[in-house]
Formats: sequence, structure tokens, C-alpha cells
Amino acid sequence: MSGFSNQFKKGILISNPVFVLALSMCPVLAVTDTLDKALGMSGAFALVIIASNLLISLLRKTIPDMVRIPVFLIIIATFVSIVEMLFQAYIPTIYSALGIYLSLLAVNCLVLGRAEAFASKNRVSDSLADALGMSIGFCLALILISFFRELLGKGSITLFGNELFTLPGLGNNPIYIFSMSIGAFLVMGLLLAFFKWIGVIKDV
Amino acid sequence: MSELFSIFIGLALINNIMLVQFLGLCPVFGVSKKLGPAVNMGLAVTLVIFVSSALAWLANNYILIPLKAEYLHLIVYLLIIGSMVQILELILKRTNDRLYKSFGTYLALIATNCAVIGVLLLNAKESYNFVESMIAAIGAGTGFTLVMALMSGIREKLELSNIPEAMKGLPVIFITAALLALAFGGFAGMAF
Repeated sequence: MSGFSNQFKKGILISNPVFVLALSMCPVLAVTDTLDKALGMSGAFALVIIASNLLISLLRKTIPDMVRIPVFLIIIATFVSIVEMLFQAYIPTIYSALGIYLSLLAVNCLVLGRAEAFASKNRVSDSLADALGMSIGFCLALILISFFRELLGKGSITLFGNELFTLPGLGNNPIYIFSMSIGAFLVMGLLLAFFKWIGVIKDV
Repeated sequence: MSELFSIFIGLALINNIMLVQFLGLCPVFGVSKKLGPAVNMGLAVTLVIFVSSALAWLANNYILIPLKAEYLHLIVYLLIIGSMVQILELILKRTNDRLYKSFGTYLALIATNCAVIGVLLLNAKESYNFVESMIAAIGAGTGFTLVMALMSGIREKLELSNIPEAMKGLPVIFITAALLALAFGGFAGMAF
């Protein structure tokens, strides 16, 4: 059991996929302009990485070493297609807001990286813990980035259609660049620098 | 004609695939330390995007749509890109060894570059015809190469400058990318 919780904690804190490993930047930067999109993406990411880690870990003795990367890619792409169909059917607004970035999970370095580096070498329960930890770490990072971007870029925080609160003074004239791509790079750079400054991240 | 031109300028400058659409960012942080390799990488990506969007267009319009199997497009595109990269690697190794050596391992990495699959998915989403997808591929490749060259030029200068301790490494590259994105934002709203 201690192995399970260690794997789980590792993904959230010690090797947070977004801030420490700095992997899979495309979805992190592209979908963090609103909190809704960030949560939708985190959900999709969690479903894909848990399902693919589980299946790859179960099949780790069957998959021949020579062709493992193509096999991983096909497994991941299959789960991404399934998640896409689920999103299209049940939460169409989030599906259309995420656009092609949902499909791009299929070539996400993080999902493939965990499959190659962890799930293909470890027991099913450890792989599941690893996937859960990574998903929560990913989700927290996306929430953090999108919180700042939505707050400054829109002047208010809206969650699933309910406006939670408005920042006084910014509500009517927000700083638009934070919802554009510039804001994504800027917030990400400043957050990384902050984590490095307080010593959470040693070397990036 | 003007429509084709606006597709090209759109992907190369106005909605630059890297700075505005965030596709294919990994090599910016990994490869773009020196100008030479960065431009080579850009050219290799352009070639792969060009050839694989042609194949993907054919596969989409002559196999997937007639069979009503569009939901398989992601898997088919991945297979096309993966095999394209393999074939390109073989051809380069046989014909131009020097170029092959200068690409090194980047070539294999292109297979999982979001820029390539991103352009293929965009082409399918906008339902471009064959010529339009080819122009989009060249535009995206140009935009990618341009940003790689700019970033590597700036990074060569950054090596010599005095950066605060906490900003060293990735943070300052993100800030540089933000400023580049701001500059490219000047193209927004341009119409032809």
C-alpha cells in the first residue's frame, strides 16, 4: 500500500507533470484561457492516461519490444477517440471549445512518456497510482494557470455558466492579452520562475 | 487565388501555428539552442507536414468518408505520419548522408510532433480541398521554421546575458515566447 501512495504523491508534488517535467505544453497553454476548458481537458487527460496506463500495464508481457511505440500510440489514440465521442455526446459545449486540442492528446508526450517509462515496466496497481497522481498533478497545474488567465483576462471567474466573483475595477475593462496566447506564455513563465524562486523546482 | 494566399499568411503569420495555436512547441524548448539545427528541424517538419497532409487528404476523401469511418481519422493520421517519417529517414540515409546526420534524432521525434498532426486535423476540420490543404501545409511549415529561427537567434544572445537566477532556463524562454507572440499579435486583423 505504501508503494501505491508513494506513486500517487510523486505525480502531484515531486514530479508534477506540468511544472517540474515541463511536458505536454500544447494542451496546457492552449486550453487554459478559461477554467471550464481547463477542467474539461483535465478530465479528458485523466480518462485517457488511466485507461491507457491500465491496458498497457496489463499487456506489458505480451507487447513485443520492437514494436512497442506504435502499439502504445494506437492504444492511446483509441482511448482518445472514445473520449472524444463521449465529450461530443454528453458535453458538446466543452467539446467544441476544446477543438483539435482534444484529439492532440493522442500525441501528448506525457501520456506516451508514462506508458513508455512506467506502465510498460510496472505492476497494474502501481501504474494505476502513477496515472491517478499524474492526472491530479496535471489538473491542479491547469487550474492554477487558468485561474490567473481567466481572472485577469476576463476580469471575473465563471464556472459552468455561474459567475463566481468579479475582480473590482477589471470587470468592465479586463487585460485582454491574458486570454490571448501571450498571456499563456507569460503566466506559465512567471509561475515557473516563482516555483523556482521559492525552491519547489530545482532545475528546469 | 487570394483565398489561397490568405490561408498561407494565416497559418504562417496571423495565426502562427506555434505562437498563437501552440502546436509543436516541444522543439522550441529542446532543439532551438543553435540557429543551424533549428532551421534544419524546421525544414524537416515542413517536409513531413507537406507529404503527410497530401496522403492524409487522399486517405480521408477516398477511404474514410466513402466508408463513413471518419471516427478513425486520428488513428489513420498517426499511422500515415509514423510511416512517412520512417520512409523519409530511409531515403535520406541512402541518398544524402550528410543531411541525415545533421537531422540526427530529431527526425524520429517529428512523428509525435503536434504541429504535424495538428495541421492534418485542421485541414480535415476546415474541409479544405487538395490545393488548399497543400497551401496550408506550406504555410504551417513556414510559420514553424520562422519561429524556430527567431527563437534560436534570441537564445544564442540570451546565453551571454545576465538573467536573474530564478528566471534561468525555461522561465525566460516562456517570457521570450510571450514577447514574440506579442509581436506576432501585430498581424492580427490583417485581411486580404
